[in-house]
Order: sequence, then structure tokens, then C-alpha cells
Amino acid sequence: MSGSAVATNKHIIHGVFNDEVPLLEACKKLRASGIRIKDVFTPMPIHGIDGLIGVPRTRIAICAFIYGITGTSLATLMMWYMMVHDWPNDIGGKPNWAYYFNIPAFIPITFEATVFCAAHGMALTYFLRCWLVPGAKAKNPDPRTTDDKFLIYLELNDEQSKKAEEILKSNGAEEVNHKGTFVVEPAYVLDETH
Amino acid sequence: MHAESDIRIPLILGSKSYRQISDDIIAPIEGKAAKGWYTLITLCALSFLWGIGCLAYTIGVGIGAWGSSNGVDWAWDITNFVWWIGIGHAGTLISAVLLLFRQKWRMAINRSAEAMTIFAVLCAAIFVTLHTGRPWLDYMLFPLPNQFGSLWPNFNSPLLWDVFAVSTYATVSIVFWYIGLIPDFGMIRDRVIKPWQKKMYSTLSFGWGGSARHWSRFEEVSLVLAGLSTPLVFSVHSIVSFDFATSVVPGWHTTIFPPYFVSGAVFSGFAMVLTLMLVVRKIYKLEHYVTIKHIEYMNIVIIVTGSIVGVAYLTELFVAWYSGVEWEQYAFLNRATGPMAWSYWIMMSCNVLSPQLFWFKKIRTSIIATFILSIVVNIGMWFERFVIIVPTLCRTYLPSTWNTYTPSFIDIGIFVGTIGMFGTFFLLFSRYFPVIAQAELKTILKSSGEQQKKDAATHTHH
Repeated sequence: MSGSAVATNKHIIHGVFNDEVPLLEACKKLRASGIRIKDVFTPMPIHGIDGLIGVPRTRIAICAFIYGITGTSLATLMMWYMMVHDWPNDIGGKPNWAYYFNIPAFIPITFEATVFCAAHGMALTYFLRCWLVPGAKAKNPDPRTTDDKFLIYLELNDEQSKKAEEILKSNGAEEVNHKGTFVVEPAYVLDETH
Repeated sequence: MHAESDIRIPLILGSKSYRQISDDIIAPIEGKAAKGWYTLITLCALSFLWGIGCLAYTIGVGIGAWGSSNGVDWAWDITNFVWWIGIGHAGTLISAVLLLFRQKWRMAINRSAEAMTIFAVLCAAIFVTLHTGRPWLDYMLFPLPNQFGSLWPNFNSPLLWDVFAVSTYATVSIVFWYIGLIPDFGMIRDRVIKPWQKKMYSTLSFGWGGSARHWSRFEEVSLVLAGLSTPLVFSVHSIVSFDFATSVVPGWHTTIFPPYFVSGAVFSGFAMVLTLMLVVRKIYKLEHYVTIKHIEYMNIVIIVTGSIVGVAYLTELFVAWYSGVEWEQYAFLNRATGPMAWSYWIMMSCNVLSPQLFWFKKIRTSIIATFILSIVVNIGMWFERFVIIVPTLCRTYLPSTWNTYTPSFIDIGIFVGTIGMFGTFFLLFSRYFPVIAQAELKTILKSSGEQQKKDAATHTHH
């Protein structure tokens, strides 16, 4: 296995479309012929593209749920500590001797804290996961993709890049741009004799 | 691409392409501002400055500078607080509730409505921070260890719930708004030429690229945030109404308050969105995006919520009579016939009668009529809060504390100042930020664009 590894050339190819319908068609064809689509850049969200190019469903909503119940717990703990444990008060004849005595009064803040933590936790996760931070470099390889162009981004070897080029052109790509080649070194494999 | 029924009126007029949408949204940012913009911002900035002056005076000498007195301890401050918070509600309603209901028409107005929400909440915040009397001690509202005071804040009090509700609402609204803005800042960054603009929008866009993975997360985040904001927006004004409803003051101690406050908030918020959008569409020539149909839809929301508010007023009167509680009955008689009856009747005519004019299609599709009525509604909603607070506090249980109220010019100055601040921020927003969520708008171009619908009708396919 280690002996047969050779450096391979990878070509960066941009397939540029001016509409999402041919782009979706081209994605389907590319995948059907076993070509991996590295990414797609579009000016707006395109429904149904995730399954086509193999983007798994995001788990960010699960994170939001976890952040939410964290908020619920923190608020409960805070109010129990302040109102019941640390300094119980008898306000208007309604003593705080135990948490469950006053649960109705604690519901609004428990709810707000849940929403606060779920929303901000999820937003923060989204920013970090997509690396959307002030000062980050623009992630689109071609500036026209935020305006009206739709781009399929591919990194392929010699043989696949020819096939991909054909598919892109026959499916209505306006431009097929080569954006350079890079060499992928074979992974270093530890020789077992040493 | 699935085609939409012909019967549905297009939401994007004219023959637009994706490119054209970008061009139209970027035009106010790249071009020179209209003369009207300079006139308006000068006016607003001057009122803002006046407000800052009155604010500084209040902080200097204390809230004795206001018209509030020992009995009438809540007056213009809380009236204005509730009014501004209420106005904010339409932004969240448009961007969150209409998103959950998949109403495509929201896309033309959600961005400016959310901006309005944020600026309105800032105005509201001025009044609550100031009305405590010693704003430099406002940190005592936060749950801080008790060496700062003798006790923890009282978590049984709706006033403290309000602190949590309003701050959650303000911060979540800002985040929701900004997440939506990022793709549009990305578009602007890639289009502008001037170096300072390039730099500014690069920073603002956070490096957005529009990759499929990012869009997938973007959509999920928007949906979940909408799902979280919907109960949030209802909770905020419910909690604001608890400030009154959990007291034992006759006229305030009513269970109808939460739904009544929330519908009133949506009512006044939509009116404010209309006031602003009618100006924005004119100044920035966005008539193809904010169409008469959009205006009509918003007017329909105004009829519905205005009617709910009307029913709430009548229910209050009925319950006061039916309860047999003398104090409750007196509170309402006093509002309608007492020394401040004029404010009650302004409220009734502006909020209950005027929106009923929108039953006529001619009126709800007329720009001038809508503009005038949208301002009338907001005047009415201001008086609603005034009527709830001031005439009630002038006549409480103890006749020896009966009082009257006139605002001082400082009260009026701070209110005028917040209107100026709101206007200044909104005008700056509309000049430098994308006023329409263009990325979202592009998703409905094929199904709801006028030209695209015509094409779909002539070709059976596509």
C-alpha cells in the first residue's frame, strides 16, 4: 500500500451558471458519474441542493435545544439560590420557604432564560461553525456568486476533471474556469520494518 | 421550480432578474442620498439633540423635572415605554410569525421592520432606565451578589420579569436581524468599488461566502430563531401588561390585559411599519418591491388587530359593570367621563373607529389614506397607554391623594427626542444597510415575480 502511492494532480474547477435549475441538473449528473462536489456557492439558499451534493442535515437545532435546557436549569438554580436558599423573603404574605411554593412567579424568567440561552448559544455556534467573524476573508471563490451567479466548486484529478468539464458544459454552464492545479502528496505511511 | 397559481398577485413587479434585484437594493448605498433624506435626518437629529438635552437635565436635577407627582408616579415615562415596546412587536411578528406561516410577502418588509424593532426597543430602554430616578443605580435590577444592596432582587415581581423579558427581546432581535443581514452585506461587499465601502462591508459581512453548507445552517438558524422569537414576542408584552395586571389598582387588575396588550402592540407596530415603508419606498424608489398588495396585506392586519383592541375595550367596560365592584366601575366611568375624558375619546376614535375605514378596498389600497391612518393609529395607541396609566393614577382608592397631571416640557422633550433618535437611526440604516432582504427575495423571484409569472402562464412547463 505504501509503495504504490504517488503524488496526484488536483485541478480546481469552477462551473459557473446563471440560474439554479441547470446547476441542480449538473449536480445530479456529476454525482451520478461518481464525481465529488466539493461545494456550491449561490446568491441565495437553494432548496433541495443539500441531498444532491451530499451535505448532511445540520445538527445546529439540536445544539439550540441543549442550550435551551441549560438556560432553564440555570434560571431555576439562580432563583432557587437567591429567593429560597440564600435569603428567603416573605413578600406580601407569600413566603419563599420552598421553590415549589412560588413556581408560578418563577415561570416568566425561566422562559426568558431558556430563550436567551437557546438563541444566543445557537447564533454563536452558527458564527463559529461557519467561521463568520469580523475580519474573516470572503469565502466565495468568485465575487459574482453573491450577486447573480451560481458556482459549482470542484477539486478533481486529471481523468475526472475532463469528465466533469464535459458534464458542466453540456448542462448549461456559462463558464468552466480552471483555477489552477495543486499536488496532493501521498499520505506518509510508516514503514513497518523499522 | 414549481409555479404558483395565476390568481396570486405577483409580489415583485416589473421584469426583474437576480442582477436587477442586487442593483435596486445597492442603489441607495452606492448612489447619492436624495434631498428628502437630508431634510429628514436634519430634522430628526435636531429633535434627538433636544431630547439629549432634556435627558441630561433630568439626570442632573432628578425626575422632579417631570410632571409626575406623588400619586401619579407613572406618567409619560411608562406611557412612552409601553408605546415604543409595542411598536417594536411588529418587526418580530413580521420576521418570525410570518416566516413560520410561510408568508412570502414578508420578505419585502422584514428587514426594515426588524430594524424598527431594534430602534424602538432602544427608545423604550431610555424610559425604563430613567424612570427609576437614579439611573446610575440601575445595576441593582440585575441579579448581583448582595453587597451591592441589602437584598437580592425580588423574582416574584413582574417589574423584574420585565428586565429579563426586555433584555432578552432586545438582544435576540439584534442577533436575528444581523444573521439575516450577513448574506446581504456579502453581496454589497462584492459589488461596491470605493475602498472605504469595500472595507466597511467586508467587516460587516463577516466573510460570508454563500456555500451550500452555510446556507443550510442559515436556514435552520432562521427557522429556529423564528420559532423562539414567536413565543418571546408574546411573552414580552404579556409581561409588560403584568406590570399593571398584577397590581391591585382598579382598572389595571384585569386578566384581559396580556392578549389586549399584545394585539395592541401588533396593531401599533404595523402602523409604524406602514408609516416608515411608505416613506422608504418613495425615497429609494422601491415601488416594485413594496407594492400596493403589500400595503393592503398590512392594512388587513391592522383591521384584525384594531378590531381585537376594540373588542377588548368593550369587554373591559362590560366586565367592570358585570363584576359589581364599585371601584372598578368608577375607574372606567372616570376614564370615559372624568376630567381626562378627552384622552379616552381620542383613543376610542383613533383605535376603534379609524381602522374600520380599511374595510373599503379603495381606502386600504390608497397610499395617502394609509399614510394618514397609520399615523392616526399610532396617536391612538399612545393615548391608550396614557389612558390606562394617568387617569387611573389620578383617582385611586384614597380621595385625599386624588390629583391631576400635566407633563412638563422636559417630559415632552424626552419623548420628542426619542422620536428623533428613532428617525435618525432608521434613516442611517436605510442609507447604509440593505433595506430589503435581497437574498431571501431572490428565492421567491421565480414563483412571485411579475414577468416570471407571465412566462409561466404562457409556457406550460418550467
